[in-house]
Amino acid sequence: MRLEPIPNPSAARRLGLPALALVATLGVAMALALIAGANPLAVLGQIAKGALGSKLAILETLNRATPLIFTGLAVAVAFRAKLWNIGAEAQLYAGAIVAVLLGTGALGSPLVLPVSALAAMLAGAALLLGPVLLKTRLGVDEVVTTLLLNFIMLLFVSYLLEGPLKDPMGMGWPKSPALIPEARLPRIVDGLRLHWGFALAIIAAVVVWVIQTRTTLGFEIRAVGQNPEAARFAGMPVNTVLVKTALLSGGLAALAGWSEVAGLKGHLSSDLSPGFGYTGIIVAMLALLHPLGVILTAIFVAGIFVGSDAMSRAAGVPTYIADMLLATALLFMVLAILLTRVRVVRG
Amino acid sequence: MTTGPAEAEVVLRLDRITKRFGALTANDAVSLTLRRGEVVALLGENGAGKTTLMNILFGHYVADEGTVEVFGQPLPPGTPRAALAAGVGMVHQHFTLAGNLTVLENITLGTESLWSRSHGGARAKVERLSRDFGLAVHPDAKVGRLSVGERQRVEILKALYRDARILILDEPTAVLTPQESDALFATLRKATALGLSVIFISHKLHEVMAIADRCVVLRHGRVVGEVDTHATDKAALAALMVGGELSLPRAEARAPGPVLMRLEGVSTPDRGAAPGLKAVTLELRAGQITGLAGVSGNGQAALAEIVGGLAVPAAGQLSLHGQEPKVWSPGEALARGVARIPEDRHHQGSIADFDLTENAVLEAYRSRFSRRAWMDWRAARAFAEGIIKDYDVRCPGPSTRIRLLSGGNMQKLILGRAMAPGPDIILANQPVRGLDVGAIAYVQGQLIAARDRGAAVLLISEDLDEIMALSDVIHVMSQGRLSPGFARGTMTAADLGLWMAGQKFGDTDAA
Repeated sequence: MRLEPIPNPSAARRLGLPALALVATLGVAMALALIAGANPLAVLGQIAKGALGSKLAILETLNRATPLIFTGLAVAVAFRAKLWNIGAEAQLYAGAIVAVLLGTGALGSPLVLPVSALAAMLAGAALLLGPVLLKTRLGVDEVVTTLLLNFIMLLFVSYLLEGPLKDPMGMGWPKSPALIPEARLPRIVDGLRLHWGFALAIIAAVVVWVIQTRTTLGFEIRAVGQNPEAARFAGMPVNTVLVKTALLSGGLAALAGWSEVAGLKGHLSSDLSPGFGYTGIIVAMLALLHPLGVILTAIFVAGIFVGSDAMSRAAGVPTYIADMLLATALLFMVLAILLTRVRVVRG
Repeated sequence: MTTGPAEAEVVLRLDRITKRFGALTANDAVSLTLRRGEVVALLGENGAGKTTLMNILFGHYVADEGTVEVFGQPLPPGTPRAALAAGVGMVHQHFTLAGNLTVLENITLGTESLWSRSHGGARAKVERLSRDFGLAVHPDAKVGRLSVGERQRVEILKALYRDARILILDEPTAVLTPQESDALFATLRKATALGLSVIFISHKLHEVMAIADRCVVLRHGRVVGEVDTHATDKAALAALMVGGELSLPRAEARAPGPVLMRLEGVSTPDRGAAPGLKAVTLELRAGQITGLAGVSGNGQAALAEIVGGLAVPAAGQLSLHGQEPKVWSPGEALARGVARIPEDRHHQGSIADFDLTENAVLEAYRSRFSRRAWMDWRAARAFAEGIIKDYDVRCPGPSTRIRLLSGGNMQKLILGRAMAPGPDIILANQPVRGLDVGAIAYVQGQLIAARDRGAAVLLISEDLDEIMALSDVIHVMSQGRLSPGFARGTMTAADLGLWMAGQKFGDTDAA
């Protein structure tokens, strides 16, 4: 068995294989349900119902998708330049901390929301600046530095919540004081539990898409990602492009934390993110790093999480099935991407 | 020898091999027989199907039709080991040796048993082979320290050690000095005298005439001619190869203009086995093609990096129009009118998955194809269409990904991109390597035209014929040192070969 490259894969191959990957994922999900002793079709049905079955479910899914769109975009932007930012989780918390610092009375309306959003982006960008400078100046692997920063950040958040940012009225719970109402993101439609963070995420995706396709920076990011040697030869400032990419990526990831605090939770706690930063990688990969695709895959991934919660209550199958599902989806998708470029031949 | 090659037994028979890749027929009913003690040259332009045919023989591809027989036994398709086991050895253009192992270790790699490390028998065998075939190389030398010619000998020994009776050499002289090529030919004559058979893949006609008994010419995947070399001449072979008369451009001498770029005592650090520059002084004059000859890996890459803006001199000075630039980078080189045609058009010159438009504006997207931060794709596309038209780039259109283009068409796009700003210094690093004859004539013609417009051209090439045909002044590089400039017509290929081998540099050092 050998791999033979396909120089110009057909559209059917490029779109059909990812679709097939999703179908295969559902197959694995049904097998898992069967092992757990439940009716496979019923489990899938309950996941779908839990994610999309009612207005409430849909809004919950979209709320859950919001931080995933931001982290997915952060990852998609960085990976496009082959900058392996695994630290969206840490950048998310940087944004969340800023939301608390500026949103608990330091600033008043109407400045607080735009200022704290910008400051959050700066904080996230600054957090990725260190790893990218270490990479461009000293050749330090950014996978390691960004990954380890996640743990440092989580411990730093714990310290803040036990110390300087601890809510004096929190009955001893490690959480920050609540944001003032002016610092909260309003709901898009009165009475519906969906905040403006979701709309911002959609806008961010469109902005990233425009940057990638219409601007010189986007052209540079794609060139550096595809072939840094040719980019350098052509006179592109490769290191500067990587730094700019990192700033954009870190800023986007920070908006995830900022919008979770300002839009949904209203305070910071150390369980703010159940791994949105890491799940962002899956979201971005499933979207084949396309910024608009990130919107769809984030909603898909959020739907699986929300739907699995509901299914678990009804069918008694553990919610871990959601993690298994996403892991298999990612593996199948990576395989599908590979198989669009090569075919397996005998001999 | 009791029988001449003409009546000797057939050792290899490729019978009506056909291989299609989609719409392209790479081999169309190609037949080839090789007899004991014979050298058959496989001649053809790039893309004629030589490599595909050899890949089928070696089981890397499976032929759609046709059979392969070695020593009368059919070879199972698609099994690379079968060809090796049957006694077919291949020496690739790019060597497959481990630099950190010794010659002996490289030769025996993969043949020894897992448990014993005794090299006694192996050493004796290698020494015997190297004596019999005139392949002088020390068995305990580290391969990383060997010259290119010596590495090629190791590759041949590797094949012989595995008891190859049929040797296939893929463009073996591309990396050799003329003297090293002569030594290789002597080895091949010894091999055929000992009953081995050789397939010699090349597009250098004078070599084919010198070494081959018979010549099989491929064009567009078909055998267009099979001739005895003593019954033909170079012109006839060339006509067969390209399917018509085609004359390569020859530049006529012109009076040189002022110095546009000057390197003064430039040195760069060595990089692993690749030597850096050793106090190189070089002047590039307007209206002149300066040829840089030399075996690859002798510092040409380091010189190209300096001229192209990818590196700065560690010592010495670089000046343009008599000024020393404050910063020196690819962008700065472009801004100061230096056009670069890179050695590696796939990795340096283009981005494979970008389309022609994107590749066309890779160098000038900031200066010409954007307003503030916004790309002007309409202008970019028009620019790409202009290059496609002016430089005859054969492609479906500007939205085609460049990876789908042939080497020649890719090079034409890169050439068009480089020439668009009207550069006055042109760095052409191996500009025609891997191109077919038509594209070669075109690219060389463009370089001559640029010279005639008053540009200073630095032509780096391993092909001495190309250097001698085009250059007004020839320098030779060896081990990072640069020879003095020789005016057109003052040196023979053999003279230059001595410089390439480094033998002449001692004289100048002493002087």
